[in-house]
Amino acid sequence: MIKTLNELKTGEEGTLVSYQGGDVELRRHLLGMGFVKGATIKLEKVAPLGDPLELKVKGYAVCLRKEEAKFIKVEV
Amino acid sequence: MANLKIGLAGNPNVGKTTLFNNLTGLNQHVGNWPGKTVEKAEGHYNYNNNRVDVIDLPGNYALSAHSIEEIVSRDFIVDEDSDVIVNIIDASNLERNLYLTVQMMELGANLVVALNMNKFAQDKGYTIDAKKLSDLLGVPVVEIEANSKIGKDQLLKTIEEAAKNPVNTVNRLSYGPELFDHLNELQTAIEEDKNLGDVPSRWIAIKLLEDDEIILDRIEDSSKRNNILNTTEKVKKHFKDIYNESSEEVIANARYAYIEGLLKEVLTKPATEKKTLTDKIDSIVTNRLLGFPIFLIIMYLMFQITFTVAAPFQDMIDEGFGILGEMVAAALGDGMLTSFIVDGIIGGVGGVLVFLPQIILLFLIISFLEDSGYLARAAFVMDKVMHSLVGLHGKAFIPMILGFGCGIPGIMATRTMENEKDRLITMLIVPFMSCTARMPVYLLLVGAFFAAADQTNVIFSLYVLGIVVAIIVAFILRKTLFDDMDAPFVMELPDYKLPTLRGILMHTAEKSWGFVRKAGTIILAAAIIVWILSSFPAGVEYGSQESAIGMIGTAVAPVFAPLGFGSWQPAVALIFGLVAKEVVVGTFSSLFGVAEEGAGIAAAMHGIFTPLTAYVFMVFVLLYIPCFAALGTIKQETGGWKWPLIMSVTTLITAYVVAFIVYMVGLALGFG
Repeated sequence: MIKTLNELKTGEEGTLVSYQGGDVELRRHLLGMGFVKGATIKLEKVAPLGDPLELKVKGYAVCLRKEEAKFIKVEV
Repeated sequence: MANLKIGLAGNPNVGKTTLFNNLTGLNQHVGNWPGKTVEKAEGHYNYNNNRVDVIDLPGNYALSAHSIEEIVSRDFIVDEDSDVIVNIIDASNLERNLYLTVQMMELGANLVVALNMNKFAQDKGYTIDAKKLSDLLGVPVVEIEANSKIGKDQLLKTIEEAAKNPVNTVNRLSYGPELFDHLNELQTAIEEDKNLGDVPSRWIAIKLLEDDEIILDRIEDSSKRNNILNTTEKVKKHFKDIYNESSEEVIANARYAYIEGLLKEVLTKPATEKKTLTDKIDSIVTNRLLGFPIFLIIMYLMFQITFTVAAPFQDMIDEGFGILGEMVAAALGDGMLTSFIVDGIIGGVGGVLVFLPQIILLFLIISFLEDSGYLARAAFVMDKVMHSLVGLHGKAFIPMILGFGCGIPGIMATRTMENEKDRLITMLIVPFMSCTARMPVYLLLVGAFFAAADQTNVIFSLYVLGIVVAIIVAFILRKTLFDDMDAPFVMELPDYKLPTLRGILMHTAEKSWGFVRKAGTIILAAAIIVWILSSFPAGVEYGSQESAIGMIGTAVAPVFAPLGFGSWQPAVALIFGLVAKEVVVGTFSSLFGVAEEGAGIAAAMHGIFTPLTAYVFMVFVLLYIPCFAALGTIKQETGGWKWPLIMSVTTLITAYVVAFIVYMVGLALGFG
């Protein structure tokens, strides 16, 4: 099933299938941080106030707001 | 052998600065990259009678043209005649760290890989074959622990050998036959222009496929421009056709595929990832229920420690300068020179140095929170609040909290924010947080004009007003001076680690000294100007209506008439208050000729203020231009007078408008 990153449940993980839309600069930045096709991304945690998200990718933790995470689709 | 020059490169949070401190010790200094706001740390060490200059490059994930930090790093590798680039890699996170390594190899950098945090990787159950990694990459790999001597000798020796026998790393990469063929096609077109020969043609080819603005600019000037650009478009279209991806993604995928291939042979991970200490700490610290209270407690403690532990030391410094002043006065007798030294210089310098204990404590705590990894968690927890309220990054919260103590450490704490725009807005609203220096002014005025039962509420309302105004001003600034784009919140949550004492002390010393040196010179100059204005024309009483400042006050006073206080004394007090807000109190006491502060001034002030105008005056004191020390700090942090000037104008307008509204509303409600 294809979900966007912000739709993942805590602890759920998926494989990145596409990253379209959103800020171009940000997309480039995230590309370098491991958000490439086929990468496994896990929703580790949601911040206490509901945003941002803590994601595990390529073995490290990075946070991202929901408004940006919605452009990233993963196969669960 | 001649001197060597090496650069330290690596991702953020991998121990790069720790290694830098370890290598150079006290032989270092911090400045800026020429023409940039990016901090540049340089140092040196001696090895085998060679002086080795070390430059700490900014922490990067990539070498694109999209951030100043990344441009600084790649320019260093391309342009500067460095002998070796030491690439620090976090052994517990090889995959992402190697992404930068690979990009430096594309540039043909003469690399030495320093594999750091091996113990930590072992704890996670990782086994790394460093020898094999070295063979596959074709560059030396040294295992180190940056916070200790482990591996240091080996690293120094390897650096020296690598400097003697440089390797061109660009040919070690293999990105698969498909990409390779098309890169070659593009490289052939690039190599026709000999002027582009200063960097590997492979690198230019890759950067063209990534739409790198800087390289595209260079190609614009190339004699072979058309052929190169046509070939680039052809290759890009080809990739789009067969992969249905932009060539930028194709290249990123190829890099990660290469790294994956390496890791298959080099790294063994346990079948299931162990729960690390970081996971355990985070299950509490960023916990859905506990995260927020824990953050508040840590902030409260930081605030308490900074301002209460510092207080006795501040008093000591204050008294010390007082005694020094008295001694000078006693030795020199009454006169112009005495007044200049005691009121002008000692008063001015002392006025800055009393902040020093706060600054030192604050940076001890901030360095600890930052180096340990907590600061990133605080931003994670607070981002929602800051983002929805003021459109800022989670990290903006810390400077604002500190602003309640003193704006100067608050402004300096914006250094932890990477986004330039967020940093500037935060810097501009920090002074609206009511700092402790305003407190004496409030106490004096509420004591004189409000009943004991109301006093706390009155003061509390001023704190709230400051926050509300800050939110509104931040909103307006974002709509006017800055484009209304939110900076995305992408932040790594690094593993927790115990900071080294040495690292913390070095940070603190460097920042505290910077404060003394730079803010000190500005406030000294300001204090001297105020002294001159108060003492001339010759023969007038210090700070009286006949003195230059008194005349200025008299001239300026009508401006404040619409706010309800049009006498010359409040105007003078506000001018003096520019030096430091608490000086407003001292000014009132000297203006009213009352040696002792307290009941005497209160009585005298009833002639000038009503309770309403006293409140309006406090609102103005809260919001108008922050003290010279704060302006000086902003100048130092932004590298010019532009922002202090903008700050002065914005705060003056804000103070006047808000004070006027408060006065009008007060009159309409029948106070007065």
